[in-house]
Amino acid sequence: MNELTCFRGDRRLFAGLGFAVEAGQVLHVSGPNGAGKTTLLRILCGLTLPESGEVRWRGQPIGELKEEYAREVLYLGHLNGLKAELTPVENLMAWAALHGFELDEDAILDALAAMALRGIDDLPVKVLSQGQKRRVALARLLLGRQPLWILDEPFVALDRHAVGVLERAIETHLDGGGLVVLTTHQAFTLAAGRLCELALGG
Amino acid sequence: MRLFSKDFWFQFASPKTFYPFAGKLIPWFAGVAAVLTLVGLYIGFFVAPVDYQQGNSYRVMFIHVPAAWMSMFIYVVMCAYAALGLVLNTRLSDMMAAALAPTGAMFTFVALWTGALWGRPTWGTYWVWDARLTSELILLFLYLGYMALRSAIDDPRRASRASGLLALVGVINVPIIYFSVKWWNTLHQGASVSLTSAPTMAKTMFAAMIVMTFAFWAYAIAVALYRVRLIILERERHARWVVELAERER
Amino acid sequence: MWVAFKWVLKRDLMLAVRGPSEVLTTLMFFIIVVSLFPLGVGPERETLMEIASGVVWVAALLASMLSLGRLFSSDYEDGSLEQLVLAAHPLPVLVLGKIVAHWLVSGLPLVLVSPVLGLQLGLDGETLAVLILSLLLGTPVLSLIGAVGAGLTLGLRGGGVLLSLLVLPLYIPVLVFGAGAVEAVRSGLEAQAHLSLLGAFLVLSVMLAPWAAASALRISLD
Repeated sequence: MNELTCFRGDRRLFAGLGFAVEAGQVLHVSGPNGAGKTTLLRILCGLTLPESGEVRWRGQPIGELKEEYAREVLYLGHLNGLKAELTPVENLMAWAALHGFELDEDAILDALAAMALRGIDDLPVKVLSQGQKRRVALARLLLGRQPLWILDEPFVALDRHAVGVLERAIETHLDGGGLVVLTTHQAFTLAAGRLCELALGG
Repeated sequence: MRLFSKDFWFQFASPKTFYPFAGKLIPWFAGVAAVLTLVGLYIGFFVAPVDYQQGNSYRVMFIHVPAAWMSMFIYVVMCAYAALGLVLNTRLSDMMAAALAPTGAMFTFVALWTGALWGRPTWGTYWVWDARLTSELILLFLYLGYMALRSAIDDPRRASRASGLLALVGVINVPIIYFSVKWWNTLHQGASVSLTSAPTMAKTMFAAMIVMTFAFWAYAIAVALYRVRLIILERERHARWVVELAERER
Repeated sequence: MWVAFKWVLKRDLMLAVRGPSEVLTTLMFFIIVVSLFPLGVGPERETLMEIASGVVWVAALLASMLSLGRLFSSDYEDGSLEQLVLAAHPLPVLVLGKIVAHWLVSGLPLVLVSPVLGLQLGLDGETLAVLILSLLLGTPVLSLIGAVGAGLTLGLRGGGVLLSLLVLPLYIPVLVFGAGAVEAVRSGLEAQAHLSLLGAFLVLSVMLAPWAAASALRISLD
């Protein structure tokens, strides 16, 4: 069973937080700007070390798991993580290789098509619009095999169609026993019973 | 016996306990430093004999050599604290490293400057590229780099961890750098008068240097403790005990 | 694990090929700096021959250092660095991939151009061969040590100058033995000891620097 437990206290932003996320659940982290949502997500990834406390995956601290844990996480932060000079296909293939699995070009093209990006696969990312770049980054969600998704403001700058695609992707992911932790200012619809809320700040 | 319990010693790893403890120690070390400096200088300038080769100008050695020794010693201690802070994640270790750096840099500067003062009457120039002076110069760059990196980073945690890593890298490199410079120097210099190659050092000269070394050591401890108290107050300013302290002082 | 290494290497090389201006500026800097010395010191053949080893080596040092700022900065800015840190492979291996790509693009050209510059300064024959060899062994060490500095100074203001201050003292042993090798051969002596030491530095830094640079990156991303 996939399970993410988190106890941590960081004096500066938040203190004494504790929660657990189980397979098939979404944790929605909410709060005003500056409340520490991004920091919390980065702590969950292992990018930032908490002042005190720890994050556990399947009962083991992520500090001990290191690459094993990294293999299970798909993180999408504010930045897209795409190299401007490379094409979307090249970017996604490199990303897959780094995260331990192989992708063939057809799968990538299908995913890009699902994100309403057709005919751009030969172009370097730098000529795409902001929204298009974000959608290339989000295509990872359709291609990845990791059980834990940590998404920081994934819905920003997306049109309604793309929001729909994303919501459906999350639902499918949860159906398959995955977990999602995300922050967003926008309201999104999800079957009740799968959604946990964590409010920071205030 | 309290002294033998681990808890007794570990409490000093907390800034809150260390602060008053350090405060009590400072006057003692300052006093020792003052006394030893007077004794050392007296021996060095009045008791030690005139050198048959270099006359009286060699006496600056009583400041130069201890300063050079301290500059290297402090660097190692600083790196040890930095490593402790990095590995054990203890804030006080890192604060001690930060407190020591300026003092170490100062001693390096003094060593370089007194080296130049000694060089002028002896070799006719203010600077020579001998192994020790060149190594001191590089050590100064290492100190300055450490302090510059610290001050360039705003986030205190990143600053302490980054400078800790830099100190570790530096301390591994110091023997390599010293060896390289020594090798380079023997190749290029030929016959050079080295500061420590005095054929026999009169016992009084040696005594004076040892006394001055301990004087500088006591001074360094006093100054570092003083500085670390300031750093503690600044870094822990949100802690309750600091707020209460400030209230009381008002 | 080595698959990922190859991918990182390949990706960085692709980027360099598509944006070669950075590569060329490093090379041009190297050439210009070396050319400045005769202008500053005078064109006397004797003098130039004496300072040649030091001049070429210092110029290589400075050019190397100049290019280091770019090692991680673009990845840091577009978010690729985060993804690299979160990759399913040991970070030191991935960092080594980046360093190798960086050296191939910034260091190796210096090695290849150096004999031309050596000739300009009056070196010839065996001396030039040792110049190339010493740079071949030394420039990777510069890239490796420099990567640690680049990792520590990520995103800081005053980055380039600060990086120089941190890294130049650490470069000194490489400079001493690298230039020393060339000078030794020019004077008719053997350079074997120097080159062996450079080789030892290379082995040592390949073992230690990727690990230290990876730690530096984690600290900077914290």
